[in-house]
Amino acid sequence: MAEQMTGAEIVIQALKDNGVEHIFGYPGGAVLPIYDALFQTEGIEHILVRHEQGATHAAEGYARSTGKCGLVLVTSGPGATNAVTGLTDALLDSVPLVCITGQVPTSLIGSDAFQECDTVGITRNCTKHNYLVKDVNDLARVLHEAFYVATTGRPGPVVVDIPKDVQFALGNYKKSANGATQHASYRPQTEGDSAAIEAAVDLMLKAEKPVFYTGGGVVNSGPEACEHLRELAALTGFPVTSTLMGLGAFPANNNQWLGMLGMHGTYEANLAMHDCDLMINIGARFDDRITGRIDGFSPNSMKIHVDIDPSSINKNITVDIPIVGDCASVLEEMVRVWRTKTNTSREDALKPWWKQIEDWRSVKSLSFKNSDTVIKPQYAVQRLYEAVKDRDVYITTEVGQHQMWAAQHFHFNEPKRWMTSGGLGTMGYGLPAAVGVQVAHRDALVIDIAGEASVQMTMQEMSTAVQYGLPIKIFILNNEYMGMVRQWQELLHGGRYSQSYSESLPDFVKLAEAYGGKGIRCSDPKELDDAIAEMIDSDLPVIFDCVVDKVENCFPMIPSGKAHNEIILPDTADIGSIIDDKGKVLV
Amino acid sequence: MNAKFQPTGSAYFIVPDTQNPEQHILSVIVDNEPGILARIAGLFSGRGYNIDSLTVSETEHEKHLSRITIAVTATPKMHMQIRMQLDRLVPVHRVLDLTAEGNGLERELALVKVAGKGENRVETLRLAEAFRAQVVDATTDSFVFEITGKSSKIEQFITLMQPLGLVEVVRTGRTAISRGPEGM
Repeated sequence: MAEQMTGAEIVIQALKDNGVEHIFGYPGGAVLPIYDALFQTEGIEHILVRHEQGATHAAEGYARSTGKCGLVLVTSGPGATNAVTGLTDALLDSVPLVCITGQVPTSLIGSDAFQECDTVGITRNCTKHNYLVKDVNDLARVLHEAFYVATTGRPGPVVVDIPKDVQFALGNYKKSANGATQHASYRPQTEGDSAAIEAAVDLMLKAEKPVFYTGGGVVNSGPEACEHLRELAALTGFPVTSTLMGLGAFPANNNQWLGMLGMHGTYEANLAMHDCDLMINIGARFDDRITGRIDGFSPNSMKIHVDIDPSSINKNITVDIPIVGDCASVLEEMVRVWRTKTNTSREDALKPWWKQIEDWRSVKSLSFKNSDTVIKPQYAVQRLYEAVKDRDVYITTEVGQHQMWAAQHFHFNEPKRWMTSGGLGTMGYGLPAAVGVQVAHRDALVIDIAGEASVQMTMQEMSTAVQYGLPIKIFILNNEYMGMVRQWQELLHGGRYSQSYSESLPDFVKLAEAYGGKGIRCSDPKELDDAIAEMIDSDLPVIFDCVVDKVENCFPMIPSGKAHNEIILPDTADIGSIIDDKGKVLV
Repeated sequence: MNAKFQPTGSAYFIVPDTQNPEQHILSVIVDNEPGILARIAGLFSGRGYNIDSLTVSETEHEKHLSRITIAVTATPKMHMQIRMQLDRLVPVHRVLDLTAEGNGLERELALVKVAGKGENRVETLRLAEAFRAQVVDATTDSFVFEITGKSSKIEQFITLMQPLGLVEVVRTGRTAISRGPEGM
């Protein structure tokens, strides 16, 4: 039944009806009516961030750790433009967000009014969809549709731009019918084609060197997809590797797990991808960090690709069997079809392949030379993992070397425990994302594994963590360099460290204290375990300044212009000679 | 290093498309809502596709549906990707590659202004008749012709008018429909 209320009240009611419990936002002139309606509302908690980019990343962390839609509320003009980085991040990593932006009154649109910007124009290409609502009677429908579009199909961010006069105007509110918004043109395909699934299983039954290459789509699809993946892996006995985004969908403590693949993936994962005769891509998108040189990518394999987004198929790599559908339903169907076709194990047929994989594993590509005097960053992540692995722990990261070390040395057995900026590679993602995760999981241990350069991009959100009593732990691997930039300069630019060294860093311990949190510094490997224990025991947000080896490089590494089987291992003597001149000119 | 492994300026070597680019005509049914054209144009510019020609108009008023006809030059693999990317947009109902379907019928309209006197004027009219161009405006020293047809025919007519006193041309861009009884 239609009900009369103001636009601002419609917004709040629509949020409630779509299950929103937390908003990450920042008020301003053009959203004041909504903040006023929020003030008079019970049941929705607003988290006041310190910068709108922080709101978007916090909402991403919240969404990715819960599977729910994240909600961002910001004002017009700078509020909207500051949110753009987070929206783009959510688009590339397929994170469901609804971002409500205030806009100047409809009569002023186009007049260069105070804090006016063309929000729908600016965000058109960095959202899954966006709306400008000029009539209050469209508002409820648009908001319901925004949640539907953001959370279904391949998830993504949706912007709803609401002029201030629409927020004041009286209009009709209508609940969406059972939440199932029937859309005229937007109808994601979730069921895979059964003939294609059957053909895929037939290939899997004949494969001698198969590999599952899984991605963030499995995590996004939900817990059932992860269960079906585990079931299918157990049934087939195939090895499993995953992209950065998919970590946790398959348990790292399972013997079929090869570790992460890609530019800084393990030797066994990348070599298995290169040498396999059947690649089963489930919810990954053949990103360039994964494929390396495309013409050298897995040259002798048949390729199956399961993806909910038809445009992902044959975009970068041409595949033999495309299956458009939701990972959960396709995996479930694969398990069913496999069972109808065989009930015998393929262990014997796969023996030579597993023997080969064991040989690659014995290379121990994640090994590093430890030290008694200086903390190696890999060692720091390993000790952190050992200290927290039996707890209810969530990890976020910034972007760079520390992110790769975290992906390599912290192990995930469950999905939705790992929040990182994969597609866009947004430095400054981790701290606000940790804030969002902690809001959703108050009693969990939430750690941002950070670099000292990235974390300063959104450091102000420490203030948010203190305000809401969110005891996030910011574990900084401090090498005083933008480590990944420094590594590429060392390997590709003759060691000319142009602008990658931070001459002046804050005292992170004092900084933590200034914010009202706790600061810990550790530079001695022998004291590291005690210092980590102290961090975990604290009820406050903690900045842990872990002073690590300044010039450690992140290996293994597939350099620019190389294929998977040209991976550089940590103890390779002369790294410079492996990268050719053509590789050096690439980004 | 093999010549086909040229760096592309991205993070990795990407094999250049060896397929030849060809022009296709796409027919796209969309919701006629504000910003829809910017959404389509933004998709093309953002992903580096080239629009050769684009026409748009509302075709079903009660449903607020528009039909957009886009001529685009790309390799066959890219044509597939362009269709998928268009289909992914929320307000897009349907995308049809008329060229790939092989049953497209296309037309374009142009208004052509030619000024001249004497023998040129007679020749202009004679050619216009041969091309079935209509005179829609005339003065003692000028004509405006309306001509419809395939783009190649219009192209040819314009070339012929050049020496006879061509002043200016406006073209609608190509619009297309499938042959036979089936609708989109």
